[in-house]
Amino acid sequence: MNKPEEIVKDIELTPKKGDWMTPEVEFKKGRYCYGAPLKHQQYLELPNPREWQPSDIDWRLPDNWQEIILKGMADLLKKNRSFRLFMDICVRCGACADKCHFFIGSGDPKNMPVLRAELLRSVYRRYFTLQGRLLGRLAGARDLTVEVLKEWFYYFYQCTECRRCSVYCPYGIDTCEITMIGRELLNLVGCNIQWVVEPASNCFRTGNHLGVPPHAFKETFDFAIDEIKDLTGIKIEAPINRKGAEILFVAPSADYFASPHWFTFLGYLMLFHEIGLDYTWSAYASEGGNFGLFHSMELAKRLNAKIYAEAKRLKVKWILGGECGHMWRVIHQYMDTFNGPADFLEVPVSPITGTRFEHAKSTKMVHITEFTADLIYNNILNLDKSRNDKWRVTFHDSCNPARSMGLFEEPRFIIKNTCNHFYEMPENTIKERTFCCGSGAGLGADENIEMRLRGGLPRANAVDYVRKKHGVNMLACICAIDKAALPPLLEYWVPGVEVCGVHELVGNALIMKGEKQRETNLRGEPLNTEGEAEEKE
Amino acid sequence: MKIALPFFAIAAIVAVIYSGVKFYNLQIFFGIVLPYICFTLAIVGFIARIIRWAASPVPFHITTVCGQQKSLPWISHSKIESPTTGMGVLLRVIGETIVFRSLFRNDRASLYKDKSRVIYSSDKLLWAGALLFHWFLFIIVLRHLRLFLEPVPYWVITLQNMDGILETTIPGVYISNVIVSLSVLYLILRRFRSRIRYISLPADYFILFLLGSIILSGILMRHIYRVDILDAKAFIMGLIYLKPLVHEGLGAMFYVHLGLVSVLFMYIPHSKLMHMAGIFLSPTRNLKNDSRMKRHINPWGYPVKEHTYDEWEEEFKDALKEAGIPLEGEDVRLRQ
Repeated sequence: MNKPEEIVKDIELTPKKGDWMTPEVEFKKGRYCYGAPLKHQQYLELPNPREWQPSDIDWRLPDNWQEIILKGMADLLKKNRSFRLFMDICVRCGACADKCHFFIGSGDPKNMPVLRAELLRSVYRRYFTLQGRLLGRLAGARDLTVEVLKEWFYYFYQCTECRRCSVYCPYGIDTCEITMIGRELLNLVGCNIQWVVEPASNCFRTGNHLGVPPHAFKETFDFAIDEIKDLTGIKIEAPINRKGAEILFVAPSADYFASPHWFTFLGYLMLFHEIGLDYTWSAYASEGGNFGLFHSMELAKRLNAKIYAEAKRLKVKWILGGECGHMWRVIHQYMDTFNGPADFLEVPVSPITGTRFEHAKSTKMVHITEFTADLIYNNILNLDKSRNDKWRVTFHDSCNPARSMGLFEEPRFIIKNTCNHFYEMPENTIKERTFCCGSGAGLGADENIEMRLRGGLPRANAVDYVRKKHGVNMLACICAIDKAALPPLLEYWVPGVEVCGVHELVGNALIMKGEKQRETNLRGEPLNTEGEAEEKE
Repeated sequence: MKIALPFFAIAAIVAVIYSGVKFYNLQIFFGIVLPYICFTLAIVGFIARIIRWAASPVPFHITTVCGQQKSLPWISHSKIESPTTGMGVLLRVIGETIVFRSLFRNDRASLYKDKSRVIYSSDKLLWAGALLFHWFLFIIVLRHLRLFLEPVPYWVITLQNMDGILETTIPGVYISNVIVSLSVLYLILRRFRSRIRYISLPADYFILFLLGSIILSGILMRHIYRVDILDAKAFIMGLIYLKPLVHEGLGAMFYVHLGLVSVLFMYIPHSKLMHMAGIFLSPTRNLKNDSRMKRHINPWGYPVKEHTYDEWEEEFKDALKEAGIPLEGEDVRLRQ
């Protein structure tokens, strides 16, 4: 990978002369994800299972693949108003063009949301509209050829379904819908990526994306309990599969297996102990995230089913969910539809404050930042902000909680109550206008690193802005993919800024009853760093 | 090619109508038959398109949320950008249709290469151009009502008087004509800029040239190739009451104008102009942000293959026992 300055020098946001209609795609190293392994395709019983790579010249498609795709399109047009409408009403005004992080970071014109959709729209015109059938290319219609299919694959796996363009579109055309439909179609002929299918297959089998079996799951909890003991002198409990608990807690599996997610995990455990929450984890529903969403609606539903099933089996009253982006897209906008109604649960009520979470009265699942913000608002927690003084914090709105939920103020309220130094990034880059980390929707694969770094450019730039202006050295977020993707991204573009979850900050600031004098923060770094923050003033 | 072709297509349409009327006396065809056919096709096509959209369900609740959600009572929520009531949705959709709310957000990203930095600058020109174009086109359409209604309603006359308040020439210049011409010119010119040209299809130019030629022929008819307004009205009332009659006083320019409008109408159901109806059906804008409050039903939802708890426990029984995780049916209290 070249140096950042060199990458930026070569980006051209004004397309050169030429025509997008001739399909052209080159699978360059660093810019695409590997194909799904046969084993996992078979485990999930996906169509046309085979070992394959996008760089193969022959994709070994079924003989009648065009027929399969066109039938699939007709079916999806019938099933989704969004698809039909978004195929018909785009005026190509171009407002979306420079809103996509992949376009800004690559200058590849087909990463303009409008053209990403045109890749599909051109085939729609050719086979489903009068003018396309009559006029062909003149009407912007293209035959469905292998080259077109390869282009679909390349660009629908170069979209993180972040929905930023849909905020700017005058008709609300949502490229996420286009990409989802595009991926559904590709899946009909067996074209999908390892980084989506393997976690989905793991999740289906073991209960989580990482494929952690129950005993290893339990072990990580034991580690965490030991770490918290060392840190605070308090031995906490973390119940698993406990029937009759009041609340089921579901978090993305990266929280208990990856770094820096781990410190957020410690934060949850410490918080729940401190408030004496009657809750349980589940080793069966041990995944909040849902990589099925990046594959097809059917697979998303298959993976999501575990959460309600487990809540029912454990006879809990309601469900609390951890820090994760696309997990919350599914929970907020899909879960009730997929696997509801959750009539065996009760409207969530905080057992500590008595607050009734009316906004979750049907789905019966509450976001951890809603829960914690309520605790802080009601003065339940004893917080020492100075324990986070080492950090000058900014907050990255994760795409899905932002544009699918409108979860803006809850995490900010928590940060402001756990940190002394909080600074916002420029307003074009936060809240509903937030930029993606560039690795969402299953694109976080190592082999895709160049595209990920390019896609992360706008986000990194905004971080750089507050780093220079306010000395920001910590980026807080509420998404497991962010926590995995942003550290290497920031190391590349903005060295010196670290990444944490909001509940890591809570865990640091939380004064627990009976705790010993804390010497380090959750990361094991000395707490006594007074003056360090001031130096940068 | 994608610019020249639609240009010549429009030129050809104009030439055919003009020469047809001027040299072959095809007034009946271009003034009566063509408008009837086109308007019928337009109405049928328009309704058919909407029915086709409406026939596809909205299986999932896919609101694009652009403001703070309604959650805790002490956090003020954005009632329009994250609506939870029908009124909120209504205001949101009205905002999109009458002031182009989303387009107003537009900014421009550019790269400061030597500093490897992305910068954003406000870019409201497209918003302003589009808004002026749509609003003043609407005013012109309303003004045309004087040709369709008898007696002419008072408000139409008032509108017309206000529009013509700049009495600089005889007949007076309509403000709306000036603004619409300029805004169409802007919309055409921006499609020549390289990025927009790259994404444009021939159809995008066709529609702009068509609108431009309709506006131009209308203006020419008012200021140069004068048409007797009473004759025009009598002719149009004849069309409306299905008693069409060719009037002598109407020049070729009138038929060109009418013919182009007819072509436009016929084209609407097959074109991107359907955005005028589609915007009301867009699920990212016309759904509330209440998907955790109220269950959204997917009419085609079907049961899927799941990996049930029992199957899972069976597969991981030994691991569960080893880890001391309670099994189904096991009494937890005994274990503790």
